[in-house]
Amino acid sequence: MQFPAALRRAQSSAINLTAPPIARSVAGIALALVSFGAFLLVIGRNPLSAYATLFTNTLASPSGLSEVAVFMIPFVLTGLAAAVPARVGLINVGGEGQLYLGAWAATGIALFSGIGTPWLMLPLMVLAGFAGGAAWAGIAILLRRWRNVNEVICTLLLNFVAILFVNIFVFGPWKNTGGYGYPYTADFSPAAILPALGDFRLHWGLVLPLLGVVVCYVVINHTRWGYNMRAVGGNVEAARRRGIGVGKYLLLAMLAGGGLAGIAGMSEVAGIQHHLRPGISSEFGYLGFLASWLAGHNPLALLGTAFLLAAIFVAGDLLQISAGLPSAAIFILIGLVLFMVLGLKSRGRAQP
Amino acid sequence: MNIFWLVLGGAFTGAVGPGVSVLYATYGEVITERAGRINLGIEGSMLMGACFGFLTAVETGNVVVAILAGGLAGSLLSGIHAYLVVFRDTNQLATGLAVTLFGAGVTAYAGRSFVGSSIEGLNPVAIPLFSNLPVVGRALFQQDLLAYAAYALGPLLWAFLHYTKWGLSLRAVGESTNVAFAAGRNPARWQVAAIMAGGLLAGLGGAQLSLALTHSWTEGMTAGRGFIAVALVIFGMWSPLRAMIGALLFGGAIGLQLQLQSIGAPISPFILDMFPYIITLAVLTVWTGAALRAMPEGLKGVLKGTV
Repeated sequence: MQFPAALRRAQSSAINLTAPPIARSVAGIALALVSFGAFLLVIGRNPLSAYATLFTNTLASPSGLSEVAVFMIPFVLTGLAAAVPARVGLINVGGEGQLYLGAWAATGIALFSGIGTPWLMLPLMVLAGFAGGAAWAGIAILLRRWRNVNEVICTLLLNFVAILFVNIFVFGPWKNTGGYGYPYTADFSPAAILPALGDFRLHWGLVLPLLGVVVCYVVINHTRWGYNMRAVGGNVEAARRRGIGVGKYLLLAMLAGGGLAGIAGMSEVAGIQHHLRPGISSEFGYLGFLASWLAGHNPLALLGTAFLLAAIFVAGDLLQISAGLPSAAIFILIGLVLFMVLGLKSRGRAQP
Repeated sequence: MNIFWLVLGGAFTGAVGPGVSVLYATYGEVITERAGRINLGIEGSMLMGACFGFLTAVETGNVVVAILAGGLAGSLLSGIHAYLVVFRDTNQLATGLAVTLFGAGVTAYAGRSFVGSSIEGLNPVAIPLFSNLPVVGRALFQQDLLAYAAYALGPLLWAFLHYTKWGLSLRAVGESTNVAFAAGRNPARWQVAAIMAGGLLAGLGGAQLSLALTHSWTEGMTAGRGFIAVALVIFGMWSPLRAMIGALLFGGAIGLQLQLQSIGAPISPFILDMFPYIITLAVLTVWTGAALRAMPEGLKGVLKGTV
């Protein structure tokens, strides 16, 4: 359904978009940086020197690049958690909760399986993480199939429940008795820790999102499953008439998405934290969702948008140290980037 | 058995206070969605209202100015959502989340030196005679002024939507922008107005949260109340009157949680904290069939046959 032509003309805004999408995205990022620079200026910081410091400490230094890659891991995986269901027309905003459930399940294996070799322990933890995230996403898809509950609202609300669910364990039965009262589980045994990759915090968990992107890309674009998924996402009724099991694809896509976000949780506890505690994610699930949206739910493009958001995120930590901004203030810059890029990417034609 | 009634009575008495902030946000989202748009950014608008309402109260000491500042802040934030979804045709759900994240960032920055400040804030005012009524007296008539305003606002909004020319225009835009346009309305203008009015109401709800309920500001203090409001709109089938029942249910969940905590029930506090989210999901699940039929046409494109 569209507005009548006369109305479209009346509403078409001053920004006339004929430039290619990449150029628009770059323009959007530039605009966001300028706006945030203006904000820095207003609060009495020099934006040029701030940006220069940020650049040299993120993209132009090995430790900075390593940090960016560290944050890319959860962003890409929770991005895929949105991208895969998006192929069948589902909107998964539950990456945050699915990440927590994955971290919880992987922690369960790490603490209680008693396995001594990483070659068995780590794959099992990945599987557990996948299962935990998939189960959490499964609630949303079941409620949708059974009662027509919209998955957006359901996955959003379940995020809050998931965080509390993890708290039950880390403040309760799983709390480390020797942890000075902190709500942490015991530290993982060496077999349950993803080894470091390079000299900094980056770890072998980086393989997981890269593998995830390749698998998702191949499955979506080069297999019969992917073809059917896209058919379901394009037009459910047409897909049904062609004999595609629509329900099955909706279910599988959502479970796969939730599972991928769950693996992000596994990677956080096994690669960074080495135990489970509250607050293992700073809105990673939401940022992954938005990265996927910026990438048009294309797994390859997601690598780029997740890199961008991760770089901003790392820069945020630096701003916190150098400019005394609270860490959540980085969501100002991330918000600006999203507004500008989303706004400039669209054709600017109003639709009901 | 005795304790059962005690807890339930306590939950009811304690239901209104925590429900008011969500009720404002629900009213706001009803207006927005009746114009055919969905705004997940009201979570951010609530945060803006809570933060800037509190800041203004600390700085000026004037609670009326603080309430207005909270509403204005919420409305301004939703203005971003309005511009992007109406004029730039961005995806409503993604934009709403981005708006919420942005609001979280702005309030974390603006409120950073106000964490731990104390204010006089909004305090309960007992209404003579009514507040002496058994059970409902204490529950309903010993509240703050924003709560009383919220009681009146439900029927007023309902009357506005159904019995005024403006309400008719708003609903027409929400059903079909084409028809509304043909009838001489400017759909874009109505939708922007509805989204910003929704943000204003969510901002008032946020202000009630920090000024009347907690008398404090903490980062991210709304804890998903805006998202709960979006669910309650559906439960309330886009009616401001049923929204009041929904908000009371949500408040009841919080009241129940506090009651169980105060009698020392042997349940993990985190399970009790889950109540509001789970009860919201549960009521949503039960009422989907009727809600589907009541949904404004304009939302069907976004929600695709689900509620």
